[in-house]
Amino acid sequence: MDPRFRGDDVGRRKNRLGRHGHTMLGFIIRRTLLVVPTFLAIAFLTFVAIRLVPGDPIEVRTGERGISPERLAEFRHQLGLDQPVWKQFLDYLWQLAHGDFGTSISTHAPVLSEFATLFPATLELAFCAMVFAVVLGIPAGVIAATRRGTFLDYSLMGVALTGFSMPIFWWGLLLILFFSVNLDLTPVSGRIDLLYYFEPVTGFMLIDSLLSDQDGAFLSAVSHLILPTIVLGTIPLATIARMTRSAMLEVLGEDYVRTARAKGLSPFRVVGIHALRNALIPVVTVIGLQVGALMAGAVLTEYIFSWPGIGTWLIESIQRRDYPVLQGGVLLISGIVIVINILVDLLYGVLNPRIRHAR
Amino acid sequence: MPADTTASAPRVETPPGPIAAFFRDFSENRAALLGLIILSLLVLVAIFANFIAPYGPSEQFREFTRIPPAWVEGGNRAFLLGTDEIGRDMLSRLIFGARLSLFIGLSVVVASMIAGIVLGLVAAFAPGWPSIVIMRAMDVILSVPSLLLAIVIVAIIGPSLTNTIVAITVVYLPNYVRLVRASALSEKTRDYVVAARVAGAGTLRIMFITVLPNCMAPIIVQAALTISNAILEAAALGFLGLGAQPPSPEWGAMLASAREFLQSASWIVTEPGLAILITVLSINLVGDGLRDALDPKMRRS
Amino acid sequence: MHKLTRLLAATMLVSGLATAAEAKTLVYCAEGSPENFNPQINTTGTSLDAARPAFNQLVQFEPGTTNVVPGLAEKWDVSADGLEVTFHLRKGVKFHSVKGFAPTRDFNADDVLFSFNRQWKDDNPYHKVSGGAYDYFNDMGMPDLIKSIDKVDDYTVKFTLARPEAPFLANLAMDFATILSAEYADAMLKAGTPEQVDQVPVGTGPFSFVAYQKDAVIRYKAFPDYWAGKPKIDDLVFAITKDPTARWAKVQKGECHIMGYPNPADLEAIGKDPNVDLMQQAGLNIGYLAFNVTKKPFDDKRVRLAVTYAIDKDAILKDVYLGAGQPAKNLIPPTIWGYNDKIVDYPHDVEKAKELLKEAGLENGFETDLWWMPVQRPYNPNAKRVAEIMQADLAKLNIKANLVSYEWGEYRKRLQAGEHQMGQLGWTGDNGDPDNFFFLLGCDAARPGGQNLAKWCNKDFDDKLKQARRITDKAERTKLYEEMQVIAHDEVPVFNIAHSVVFEPVRKEVVGYKVSPLGRHEFTDVDLK
Repeated sequence: MDPRFRGDDVGRRKNRLGRHGHTMLGFIIRRTLLVVPTFLAIAFLTFVAIRLVPGDPIEVRTGERGISPERLAEFRHQLGLDQPVWKQFLDYLWQLAHGDFGTSISTHAPVLSEFATLFPATLELAFCAMVFAVVLGIPAGVIAATRRGTFLDYSLMGVALTGFSMPIFWWGLLLILFFSVNLDLTPVSGRIDLLYYFEPVTGFMLIDSLLSDQDGAFLSAVSHLILPTIVLGTIPLATIARMTRSAMLEVLGEDYVRTARAKGLSPFRVVGIHALRNALIPVVTVIGLQVGALMAGAVLTEYIFSWPGIGTWLIESIQRRDYPVLQGGVLLISGIVIVINILVDLLYGVLNPRIRHAR
Repeated sequence: MPADTTASAPRVETPPGPIAAFFRDFSENRAALLGLIILSLLVLVAIFANFIAPYGPSEQFREFTRIPPAWVEGGNRAFLLGTDEIGRDMLSRLIFGARLSLFIGLSVVVASMIAGIVLGLVAAFAPGWPSIVIMRAMDVILSVPSLLLAIVIVAIIGPSLTNTIVAITVVYLPNYVRLVRASALSEKTRDYVVAARVAGAGTLRIMFITVLPNCMAPIIVQAALTISNAILEAAALGFLGLGAQPPSPEWGAMLASAREFLQSASWIVTEPGLAILITVLSINLVGDGLRDALDPKMRRS
Repeated sequence: MHKLTRLLAATMLVSGLATAAEAKTLVYCAEGSPENFNPQINTTGTSLDAARPAFNQLVQFEPGTTNVVPGLAEKWDVSADGLEVTFHLRKGVKFHSVKGFAPTRDFNADDVLFSFNRQWKDDNPYHKVSGGAYDYFNDMGMPDLIKSIDKVDDYTVKFTLARPEAPFLANLAMDFATILSAEYADAMLKAGTPEQVDQVPVGTGPFSFVAYQKDAVIRYKAFPDYWAGKPKIDDLVFAITKDPTARWAKVQKGECHIMGYPNPADLEAIGKDPNVDLMQQAGLNIGYLAFNVTKKPFDDKRVRLAVTYAIDKDAILKDVYLGAGQPAKNLIPPTIWGYNDKIVDYPHDVEKAKELLKEAGLENGFETDLWWMPVQRPYNPNAKRVAEIMQADLAKLNIKANLVSYEWGEYRKRLQAGEHQMGQLGWTGDNGDPDNFFFLLGCDAARPGGQNLAKWCNKDFDDKLKQARRITDKAERTKLYEEMQVIAHDEVPVFNIAHSVVFEPVRKEVVGYKVSPLGRHEFTDVDLK
């Protein structure tokens, strides 16, 4: 749930592309070049800021027992913490340039490999949530727009606004209380029943459970996904429904739709083909923008459902003062969000003929 | 009143002035009115919390722990919404929590709006490196998912109510900066600005007195959205244990410490969440109404 | 057609049941992910629990007790001067096979030497692998204590000590003294992947490692060639579930058989569940308030005693521990041998306290500081609340206690430096030896920076502490420890608050599970009905 990306961003994006986008290629190059300083700045800021966190990663671990000054110094040396911060940062950049995101202080495993094992879980959840949001959100928006002003429109939009205003961590707790605890319909947490065991192939439980060829494994994976998907998908669903409705309303008022109607085309063809196709342009952008929102929402959703993804991993890294994990995790996630935002901008240009004409 | 010369402010065809039109449109929107009524009630409750709440927010009644709401079996009329795990009155805590949440929302909006306006105007009126630095910095902030950014900031400066406000302010800053810069850039070339400049107005005067008032409409809509999102986000931080610290009756923090009672005393969990939902919903209703009233397209019908 | 489907369904059901009956799977709801699978480099109970099924030590703790029994060493001799301990190793002990490694030889002295040298010797090729932090090995004073470790023959290893140390055997039963496979380590070193040794465990233990998925599950299967006989269950699964309420829900539904660390709020409901036994035991820990006897007015025993009388211990246990604690009258918990049960704790008596203060000339009270640690600890769920209760109690004697706290690492350092007047801390035991607790009150630890937070150095107490370390006879040591508890009781260097009580919900179909006083979770002897 990244509210900054809740749809109201689209107009601005259009401006930006319009302003700088003299040619599509120029735009791509410009955007890509801008990524480098942004990425470096994120690396620098997280790096410096994290070193300002009170609490030493080694001392946090030692508890009552404490640690002798000599051994503490030795560990700090091993981790490079005794170097000046600028030197540590240069070393870190050097490592990054070689694709090395550092090693976790608590598990001694490379940050990148931990990320790689946990990310599929987050991705699977985010993907399902997005499918859920799109599959329900677009029809809801279209129906509301075509029945504008009716009771149906009001109730759909009322529900959407409620979803839009939902504190999703509470929503998750309520769903657990109702479906898992009271009705015993869904599992409380985890990704699959422990009865099933297979080696991860893709890391995506839905696919792996099918590949494993074990009876019921797939169903078990699905039942574990239902509640987290609903929780994470709620805000994107509401956003998409609202966006679809307003985009449809706009399009339905356009001349060509009126013309199509006047020509006597069936309402289904008018709405389904002429209007929806054009209304989808801003909606697709919103969907793209929701990716960042999903990453943030995943932190809360994973926390509630003990979902073994990167959200839980990052929160724990804060508690353990595991600098490399926090730093690497934030960098990797922002990197992904940046790349997706570029793709969204490009997609918007491709989808929207008006912008292409404009150049 | 140069409002009708701006791109984003209402374009009004005939007499009733823009403000009157705005109020007419807003009051015709029943949902927005309902939101406004609820929100006003909440604001009143927050302001007069000391007089309305039956007890103090941290007052403990050791003999009355985990009493269910009054209408449930085992409830006690003295504690209308029940008590929590250490015998504090839920109603009183929720009332004081309203004060906290609205305070957080308002502080974030005011802080990010002021900083955003200043930075945005500077970026618009000082092309070259100030503009580049400001806008790249905003890109950096925007590329980290909001809650994650807030979490990292709070982890660095320590969990507390003030730091929650700081973190969320930073998160919402880019919205205002971009908005202000974009509208200021388009206003800058208009005739009335050129006229003011010719008349000898200084840059600062042009920035804040001539241009700024004409950029306010989208900023106000953005502010309404920010309040509700800031409240949600502060609650999320509180829930993760990174926001306001117990025993403060912040709704998110209340949810976090009550999580273990989900099965045994569910009202401790449901009530604060409901309070968040109602507050955010009412603000969003008002925000929607504001936008519809300010957005010319929506007024066509 | 219908018949066929029904038949199919029936056979599927039967075969499903049959496999369930054949393979006994025990599921333990674990509270978190392990850092890795080498007990030598880990310090958290979660990580140690996760690796323990794969390993043995030379000597081991008898499950459910703190008694030391033979493990990979069948027997051992201690020389008369107590400086040489010779272990006679068990023969025919097999190591596990994992993906990428199959052992070619049985366990022998080389494995013992490798396991200790890795932690001890800088020049061991594994010393720096995986961060090279051997916290327990160092904390237990092993580098200074061990003079040499020698292989006498393939099945005999001799440890030579720098001084006689009675708790040495108990130390070797701790997880850090786990025996790893030297052959596996060599193979991984040759393959260029030494970290593998710490990620995929190969040991001689009752269960062999199958798989681990971070934040999700750890899987073990019974080791058929286990030297003490194959365990009764076939599969051991750790279901990693961080939220205690979710763990309980899983136990309730039968998705887990055993769980650790239940939510205090759920204890009542757990106690009522007909399918679950709520097992409990005093934890191997102590939460205490130390009086800094080097600072006024706590150099006066009467003041320390007055504060002791003034604090309402029962209120702390009721309001902060919520029933999951038992009042402490000695520094060691009652599960440790040597506990002196004859000690009678000071009652809560405000009048007596006032009297004592008057005697000390402080009837008008005084101002002091009272430190609380900013984190939750196993022995103290909320030090701030404890401090607030103490503050209110002391106010009745006109003592104004100012609450002080620092960031956790800083807090401990400042306490050890002796900056406080009154400070809370605690201790979690490692090996069930009384010395492991009482050193906290010894003179060595009273130096600035030492762990004796009372900075209290009593010669009588310290002599007995040192003497008990030198002798190995348990009866004689018990007597010394009992006398030391009397001294500590009379001199009140610390106010003993509580030992936490460990609760573990266990489903009724589980047989033979024992709650470990060491806070371990062990499944070797467990069976399922």
